[in-house]
Amino acid sequence: MIRFDNVVLQYPQAPEPAVKGVSFDVPPGRITAVVGPNGSGKSTLVRALLGRLPLASGQIMLGDRPLSALDRRDVATQVAVVPQREEPVFPLPVPDYIALGRYPHGGPFSGRNAEDRAAIATAVQRADVAVFADRSTDQLSGGEWQRVRIARALAQGGQTLVLDEPTTFLDIAHEMAVFELLDALAREGQGILLVSHQLNLVARFADHIVLLHRGRIAAAGSPGDVMRGEVLERVYEWPLVVSRDPAIGAPVLVPLRGRGSR
Amino acid sequence: MTLRVWIPLLVVVGIAVLLGIAGGAVPMAPTDVLRALLGDGDPTQVAIVQNLRLPRIALGLAVGAGLAVSGAALQTTLRNPLAEPYLLGVSGGAAAGAVAAVTLGLASSALLPLAAFAGAVTAVVVVLLVARAVAGHADPRVLLMAGVVVGAFCTALIMVALATAPENTVRGALWWMMGSLGDAQWRGVRWVALYVALGIGLLVTWARDIDVLALGEDAAASLGLPVERVTRRIYFAASLLAAATVAGAGLIGFVGLIVPAIGRALGLRNTREALLASALAGAALVVLADLLARTLLRPAELPLGAVTALIGVPFFLWRLRRMR
Repeated sequence: MIRFDNVVLQYPQAPEPAVKGVSFDVPPGRITAVVGPNGSGKSTLVRALLGRLPLASGQIMLGDRPLSALDRRDVATQVAVVPQREEPVFPLPVPDYIALGRYPHGGPFSGRNAEDRAAIATAVQRADVAVFADRSTDQLSGGEWQRVRIARALAQGGQTLVLDEPTTFLDIAHEMAVFELLDALAREGQGILLVSHQLNLVARFADHIVLLHRGRIAAAGSPGDVMRGEVLERVYEWPLVVSRDPAIGAPVLVPLRGRGSR
Repeated sequence: MTLRVWIPLLVVVGIAVLLGIAGGAVPMAPTDVLRALLGDGDPTQVAIVQNLRLPRIALGLAVGAGLAVSGAALQTTLRNPLAEPYLLGVSGGAAAGAVAAVTLGLASSALLPLAAFAGAVTAVVVVLLVARAVAGHADPRVLLMAGVVVGAFCTALIMVALATAPENTVRGALWWMMGSLGDAQWRGVRWVALYVALGIGLLVTWARDIDVLALGEDAAASLGLPVERVTRRIYFAASLLAAATVAGAGLIGFVGLIVPAIGRALGLRNTREALLASALAGAALVVLADLLARTLLRPAELPLGAVTALIGVPFFLWRLRRMR
């Protein structure tokens, strides 16, 4: 379980913090989604989790210990992050790529032990990427590549999986496949922190949504609590309505046209 | 590791060594080579082989292995297939150090390598400091650009020094900048080999870190790797490795650029395997290039750096075409 406790984050040379006192939990067995407009601080939270931006104040807790007190390798065995962008310059065979997920568990010369092999096999099976075993990372489509990246993160073996915009460049089928995979993982007990722009999909899949606006939480709660027209309209600064999907009953956001005539 | 890669590589190195011993201003038959290696046979041939050609080939093996491993480590760490030690200020710094020593009248054979080494280390430290000042950390793109700029600055310093230096000094400095194994003596070779073995040993130990760095900074951080510290460490070790070769044999370009590409073409994706294969291929390449330098226009000897560039540039252009 990850707990963000009044987290404040500021980039060097920035006039004001990018994240101004954000608190929420990422419990196991649930999908927690962070949404918000561009520049609202979503990806900054991920950078802090990666240890690439120090906390200005507040605390990120991993279980009962603060992130800053933990060795990064220990963090990596508990929290796996699928970062937003990743293009290997030198392509790797898919099995070798997934096996890199075991890096935090081994020393410089240790080979793959039984535990590593078991974790890799489980990850391959859960992310359903066994069919790509003969391919190289540059021979995958966008959707296949995302699943392989998720498999690498699962091979790390942590209780929490963090994904930053995992479906940005994917078509509908591949996007749905990724969301269904995350849903299945959550039901198996994995904690999932999802940073996404896809409000409508998030509203269908997430258990808890945190809506960020200019570094602060504008709303947080179940999809029904957060997906309210007046809140989203204020945060996204665009006229919109929230209706209800007639087939599945999930809230659906529809941005309106004709802003100038309002 | 597949034997299909290692056995041919070892055979190529062995052939390169035997050809390197046999060829030269005084060509020798294979049987004479073997006899001279065992210290028996014609005393002149024994002397040529044991005191001239063997140290020269040993230096070539060490320099080639060092340059190739340095290039392979830098290309993967900086995620740029065109990165090589010479692009990153190492050569410029070494040349500036050597030219400074020559123009200050300190051009004894013992001091020149030390001055080159000091120049290379200075350039590398400056590159790291520039990258830190500009980007706040060891950003691969900034490291590359800082290396190019520091190299260009060193070239300018060299031109200023040479413009005011006496002519015979200029000639000595230029010959050194063109690279040569001609001055190889066992004493110097031992030092270069020691540094090269140390550098290769470190980089091979860190091979898994390099594997992870190749994924990109965020992915490496998510796997628990301290990205900036490790990038700096590998950059520094790889640069020192290249600097040791420059101190031993002057500037020999393109080895660090093209040999890692050969390793990738052989299908080696794992960094540890790629580094070791690069060491073998680089060693063979430099020994063979030196053989060409000695024999192409016999009895004249071509500068080794020119021969590797003549081989390297077409190869480089071919790779560039493949990359598109």
